[in-house]
Amino acid sequence: MADLKETPSQTAGPYVHIGLATEAAGFSAFAPYGANIAGPDAAGEQIRVEGVILDGEGAPMTDALLEIWQADAQGRYSDTQDDTGNNTGFTGFGRAVPDFETGQFAFDTIKPGATDGAPCLHLWLVARGINLGLHTRMYFDDEPDANATDPVLNALDPARRPTLIATRNGNAYRFDIRVQGDNETVFFDV
Amino acid sequence: MSTHAARDLSRHPAALTPRYRSSILRSPTQALIRLPDGPADRHGPTFGHGSIGALDHDLIQNYTHGGAPVGERVIVHGRVLDEAARPVPNTLVEVWQANASGRYRHKKDTYMGSMDPNFGGCGRTLTDEDGYYRFDTIKPGAYPWPNGGNNWRPAHIHFSIFGAAFCQRLITQLYFEGDPLIPLCDILQTVPHPSDIDMLVAKLDMETTVPFDSVAYRFDIVLRGARSTPFENRKEGN
Repeated sequence: MADLKETPSQTAGPYVHIGLATEAAGFSAFAPYGANIAGPDAAGEQIRVEGVILDGEGAPMTDALLEIWQADAQGRYSDTQDDTGNNTGFTGFGRAVPDFETGQFAFDTIKPGATDGAPCLHLWLVARGINLGLHTRMYFDDEPDANATDPVLNALDPARRPTLIATRNGNAYRFDIRVQGDNETVFFDV
Repeated sequence: MSTHAARDLSRHPAALTPRYRSSILRSPTQALIRLPDGPADRHGPTFGHGSIGALDHDLIQNYTHGGAPVGERVIVHGRVLDEAARPVPNTLVEVWQANASGRYRHKKDTYMGSMDPNFGGCGRTLTDEDGYYRFDTIKPGAYPWPNGGNNWRPAHIHFSIFGAAFCQRLITQLYFEGDPLIPLCDILQTVPHPSDIDMLVAKLDMETTVPFDSVAYRFDIVLRGARSTPFENRKEGN
């Protein structure tokens, strides 16, 4: 049994970048974490992810912050002791800040390997108006066989599955997040 | 099998809290889908001591441009624990805040409060083996914000904590004991239970207060869950 209760969440507010992505706020204090998920030497296919985060009226959320957490190309997380294979320059963690005017975000990484299901990125979204950070997942539309057997995707209402699947377009994947309304993205309690 | 208990969502602010207007269009209408924790949730990013500068936790000194920031010097400190009251060591704690005038060093903040050339407003540290952390800073000012009325934020410091696993990720806010704006705050009052609101209020700590220097406030943070088994395969010291 738990002896203590979890500290309640509070919104990150509109100025989250000061603490978590300082240079986006407009100044520099120390080298921020999250600028590099997988460096150029990390094993795996280099990919780019682009998208926009939309509110219930379809307006871009220009003051949000997105965190990325993922496995390497062999399906391993960076905090595990496993020296097989090459994951040089791989942290598995990153932060993406939407453009303050357009709301477009983009980040570069490598495509993760499979762990306990189809390959996916784990995303965590905070912003003004979000009281508790939102966990979601991004799957890949060019992994149809793996997606078809993924236990998490399969547990969802089929109509909602496409909200978690990014669309490949050239060298980039498009992944828009709809926080509320039509085609609302699936969010998880993990 | 889950190594973390399910989060008690009833104790966090609901997604939709109309008194905090920004939540109206930014709250999912569908319930969160509960998942048993998988590898991504049991693991989490790690941050080594080597990347933390000696002054990163000291907001009085880490953005100085030849002088000291204006305002009340304060120490905010405490421990990061899990729900079984065990310390969470070596975890990254990041903070950000307004300056003593209630102004943020952010290109989108246009409040009339003064900028302070010697104050950045961000800090970070790793907890020690006992889960302990400390920041030296300036007490932030209250400031007005648009929420449909004469709305003022109490003095507060934003806290971001990682924990040992990504499912423990938490962002919250520290408030200061005795602030008369606390009962009026439409963001703080989204917390459902009054006793939980008290968890967000740092307490005056005269034992740690440094005479003729800084007033201290104590703020312990509890992350969700408790690991059922030791995590034997983490990189040492990382």
